[in-house]
Amino acid sequence: MLSNPGSTPGRNTEMTTAPSGSGTKGGGVRGWLKLPKRPSSTQEGPAGAVTVSGPSLEISPEDPALAYFQSSSGAVDISKLELDSPAVNQMREAGIVVAVPLISSGELIGLLNLGPRLSEAGYSSDDRQLLESLAGYAAPAMRVGQLVDQQAFEARNRERLDQELKVAQLIQQQFLPSSLPDLPSWHVAAFYRPARTVGGDFYDFITLPDERVMLVVGDVTDKGVPAALVMASTHSLLRSAAPRLTSPGKVLAQVNELLCEDIPAHMFVTCLILVLDPANGKVEYANAGHDLPYVRTSDGVVELRATGMPLGLMPGMAYEEKQYELRPGDCLLLHSDGLAEAHNPTREMFGFPRVAELVGRAESGEALIDLCLSELDRFTGPHHQQEDDITLVTLQRTGSLVAPGGPAFAAREDHLDGLLTEFEVASREGNEREALSRVADAVTDAGLSSDQLERLKTAVAETTMNAIEHGNRGKADIPVRISVRLIEGDVVVEVTDEGGGAMGEVTADPDIDLKLEGLQTPRGWGLFLIRNMVDEMQESTDGGRHTVRLKIRPEANSDVRRSDP
Amino acid sequence: MNAPFHAEIRALPKGIVLELSGEIDGSAADGLLGAYGQAVAEHDPGTVVLDFTNVDYINSSGIALIVSVLARSRADKRKVMASGLSDHYREIFEITRLSDFIDIRSDLASVETELSDGIG
Repeated sequence: MLSNPGSTPGRNTEMTTAPSGSGTKGGGVRGWLKLPKRPSSTQEGPAGAVTVSGPSLEISPEDPALAYFQSSSGAVDISKLELDSPAVNQMREAGIVVAVPLISSGELIGLLNLGPRLSEAGYSSDDRQLLESLAGYAAPAMRVGQLVDQQAFEARNRERLDQELKVAQLIQQQFLPSSLPDLPSWHVAAFYRPARTVGGDFYDFITLPDERVMLVVGDVTDKGVPAALVMASTHSLLRSAAPRLTSPGKVLAQVNELLCEDIPAHMFVTCLILVLDPANGKVEYANAGHDLPYVRTSDGVVELRATGMPLGLMPGMAYEEKQYELRPGDCLLLHSDGLAEAHNPTREMFGFPRVAELVGRAESGEALIDLCLSELDRFTGPHHQQEDDITLVTLQRTGSLVAPGGPAFAAREDHLDGLLTEFEVASREGNEREALSRVADAVTDAGLSSDQLERLKTAVAETTMNAIEHGNRGKADIPVRISVRLIEGDVVVEVTDEGGGAMGEVTADPDIDLKLEGLQTPRGWGLFLIRNMVDEMQESTDGGRHTVRLKIRPEANSDVRRSDP
Repeated sequence: MNAPFHAEIRALPKGIVLELSGEIDGSAADGLLGAYGQAVAEHDPGTVVLDFTNVDYINSSGIALIVSVLARSRADKRKVMASGLSDHYREIFEITRLSDFIDIRSDLASVETELSDGIG
């Protein structure tokens, strides 16, 4: 942005102004130089209407003139200035004799440049005093001018962004389904609400040649028009691949191949595809890094897991395909991260356990969508601006839930995944005991041997202690959250604190020899014990949250799997 | 369930037994180190037996305390034995290699016999 306030104070006088608007950070000064031509002509045009023309002068941030003008206390005699400065040379060439720095709030915002005096005598000290006092008035006025310009620039920018958002919204809405599939014995509901900036959420229903129905949810990283365009091409690729390939894993693999060729480098698409056979409730699904669906069943909430890389990151990816059976009364939720990853004013995340809990509570698909939205509103508070698009699609098989323990229940035992318990303990020393007994109670039917149960208890206690002491630093009002799940038969315990960091313990393995010699503190066994107690231990952080995930594969369970094809 | 830590000192002809009960965690520090200090001061035993029969919980802070007791015993050239450990805590003593320095026996009775009669 270049700017120049209209009025020049006299003949051969020119303002060189600092850039306003978005360009000020560079530290340079840019403006216009007016060449002193026709020195005899006077008073042409009304005062205040002199527009500036002529070569522009740019003072680069490295130019020593910048520092010189910034620190000079008054008018600078350009003709006598000894400074190795391209800007000063340029000013000399343009005939500038005296420059008066315009300083406002300590910041150099421009120069008042003067050519030779008309009388051909030099500038007197009176002249200089006059110029300096003029500069003292001009500088703040010019600063105001710059700010006005800057605001106008920002307003135009906002307008442009608003326009872009409208375009993005338009593109996005074009590709969302206009109607829901009508399936006997099934009830489908969908909800989509764009964020102000429009994320790249999409969903779709595609009827396959064999009368099965493909449900798709996805989310393009990035926002605005670029995300909308990538969403549009993903949508088209899915639509063309689906009827030919029908298998969710193959469709994802093919779309990934095609998308990899064209997608901008920093973008990718998460996507979950679920193919439903409405006749028998069987679903096949595959996942490209999208949030996992939850199913409310007669025996609790089940998470449908499948692994796979997001689309558009790397060619040659394969996508795991899984099966599940939706029974009468079951209700499935497909969702985008606009729900689970929404934050409240204290930056706490809504979280997946909360979503799972809502799935377990709702009576129907529509009720579930309403419940999610009202709970989200309650969580984020009244002045919340939605961070990301929210997409919710529910699929419910009509009929009543089959009671647990019945024959139907037994038939699906081998994919009895789901949340076993979830609770919080206050960050007080000793509360790890409560955590371990609650976890132990929750896993009684998970098939752990008594040795495994003891190991799990120790691992949970140690992890919880770390979360209390190091993560939450013993602040009793900050809870440690613990969830216990069965995932493909494995017992998975997650312990979350608000410490945001790694475990506050030395990571070097404790060495009993060194400890007995007094060369290592007797302490520092926690992490070592945890690692040795479980089959797998993983740490992750999300914003301020730090989660340790412990996994044990029940001995009984792995036996059953081997003997039961 | 959350039983406080307690240590009972019992002197035998050839050593002392610290009968531990309750939970060995960070809060047991004074109790355990105090009992050890008292037993050593009063009896100057050649062998110290830690009996875990009535201990229902040991955490990493408790392991650290046991390491401290072991370090002191070694400095004073006293032998340390353990009895009454559950399978789980026995496994932990093995993983942490405490078992390389502590003579682990399954039950207290055999240790008592050993420290009472002329054998060993």
